Amino acid sequence: MQQRVVITGLGIWSCLGTTLDEVRQSLYDGRSGIIFSQARKDAGFRSPLCADVPKPDLKPYLSRDTRKLMPEEAQYAYSATRQALEHARLDQDYIDTQKVGIIYGNDSVAEATMVALDKFRAAKSTAACGSGALFQSMNSTVTMNLATLFHLKGINLTASAACASGSQAIGLGYLLVSNGLQECVVCGGAQEANMFSVAAFDGLQSFSVRENEPTRASRPFDRDRDGLVPGGGAATVVIESYDHAVRRGAPIIAEILGWGFSGNGDHISTPNVEGPTDSLCLGLRNAGVQPSDIGYVNAHATSTRIGDAREALAIANVFGDLRPPVTSTKGQTGHEMWMAGASEVIYSLLMMKNDFIAGSLNFENPDDDTARVNVVPETRQAHFDTFLSNSFGFGGTNSTLIIRNI
Amino acid sequence: MTRNEIISQVNDLLVEEFEIEQSEITPEASMKEVLHLDSINLVDLVALVHVTYGITIPAEDLPKLKSFNDLYDYIESHKAA
Repeated sequence: MQQRVVITGLGIWSCLGTTLDEVRQSLYDGRSGIIFSQARKDAGFRSPLCADVPKPDLKPYLSRDTRKLMPEEAQYAYSATRQALEHARLDQDYIDTQKVGIIYGNDSVAEATMVALDKFRAAKSTAACGSGALFQSMNSTVTMNLATLFHLKGINLTASAACASGSQAIGLGYLLVSNGLQECVVCGGAQEANMFSVAAFDGLQSFSVRENEPTRASRPFDRDRDGLVPGGGAATVVIESYDHAVRRGAPIIAEILGWGFSGNGDHISTPNVEGPTDSLCLGLRNAGVQPSDIGYVNAHATSTRIGDAREALAIANVFGDLRPPVTSTKGQTGHEMWMAGASEVIYSLLMMKNDFIAGSLNFENPDDDTARVNVVPETRQAHFDTFLSNSFGFGGTNSTLIIRNI
Repeated sequence: MTRNEIISQVNDLLVEEFEIEQSEITPEASMKEVLHLDSINLVDLVALVHVTYGITIPAEDLPKLKSFNDLYDYIESHKAA
C-alpha cells in the first residue's frame, strides 16, 4: 500500500547558521556566507572565494575513538543529524527499538584521502596511515559513521550523484517510505568545505573570480555572473510515513508529494535543457500536481553562465506563462554541492513555514535566457503551500523534489 | 636518546593521540586499559611508533606489549639496534 511521506525533523550546519533560527534569519536578511580566503589565494587558487563554514566541536558529544573515524563532512553531518533527530523528537531509546534507515548524499572524501596517502608516501609504509584513514576516506564515510553512532538499523546507503546527491538521497528515502519498505529514514547531504576538495574544480575555471566583492560573487541568473563559489556543510531531513509520524506523535512539517529524476545522457559537464525538463515533468506527474499548484521554485542555479541559462529554459518549458517565483539560495550560500539538494529543501521549508521568499541575492539584471523566468530579487512576504526544488549534477544527473505544507 | 627522553616523548605523544591524562600513564599500567586498545586503536599505536621512531612493530610482537614499560623497552631496544 502506498504511504504518504512526511518530513518531521530538520537539521543544518551551514555558512548561513548552525541552527534553524539562525538560518531562517540569514535567509530573510539576505546575508551572504561567502568570504575571501587568503589561504586559497596563497595556495594557488584561481578563485580564492568560498563559504565560511564553522567547524563543529564534537568533543562534548563523542569520544576520541569515534571522532577519529570522522572526516570534516561526517562531523558536519553528525551536527546536522543531532539537530534533526531532536527536532523530530526521535530519541535514542525509541530509535533503538526501530529499523530507522539512513540515505545521505556525499561524493568526495578528498582531504581525508590526501592526508592518509601523504602519510603513506612520506613514511613509505602503510602503517603510518593510522586507523581512521580507511573509514574517513571511503565515500560512504558519512553513512557508516552516522549509522554506527545513532544505532540506525534500516537501509544504510550513500547516494553519490554529484551536485544532485542530497536531493537524490531524499528522493530514494521517499521511495522506500512510500513503498512501505521503511517507516523512517534519515536523509541528507554533506559537503567537505576544505580547499583540497575543490582544487581540481577550481582548475576547471568554473569559479567566480570576483574576489574584490566576495558577497557579490555568487549571482545566480544575473546577467553578469561569472561562475560559482564553493560551499559546504551538511543538512539532514528526517522523513517517515504519515502513519508512523502520527502514531508516535511527531511534529509534521511538510509532505513530500513526489520525486522526479532524469539523466541527460549528454556532455559530462555541460547541461542541456531536455534532461532537467524531464526531471521537472516526472516530479510533477509523480506528485500528482499541476504546474499551477507550485507556489515557489527553488532553482539549482549555481551562477554559471550555461547552467543557469539551461535551467531557466527548462523551468520556462514546464511553467510557461505561469511564471512562479524562482530564486536560487546559492546567491547566499555558494554552491553546497553534495549537500545542496538537502540544504535547499530546508531553506525552502523555512521560507514556506515562515511566509517569505528569500530574494535571489545578487540578481540584478537577467540575460535573454534567464528573463524567461520570474526571478525574485528582494526578500518578500509570500504565502505558498507547495514548492519544487531542483538539483542537477555533473554527468547529467537531475533530481526534482515537490513538497507541500502541512 | 636516553630512556628518560623516550619515556617523556612517548607519554606526550600518547596523551595527545589518545586524549588521556599524563597521570593515567604509569610504567606498569596496562596500555590496553588506559589507551582503550581495541583492534582499531592498536593501529594508531603502531602508526605513532612507526612515524616517530621509524620502528615497525610486527603483529606477532604486539601481544608482548602489555604495559607502558614494555613499550618503552621495545622502542629503546629496537631503536638502538
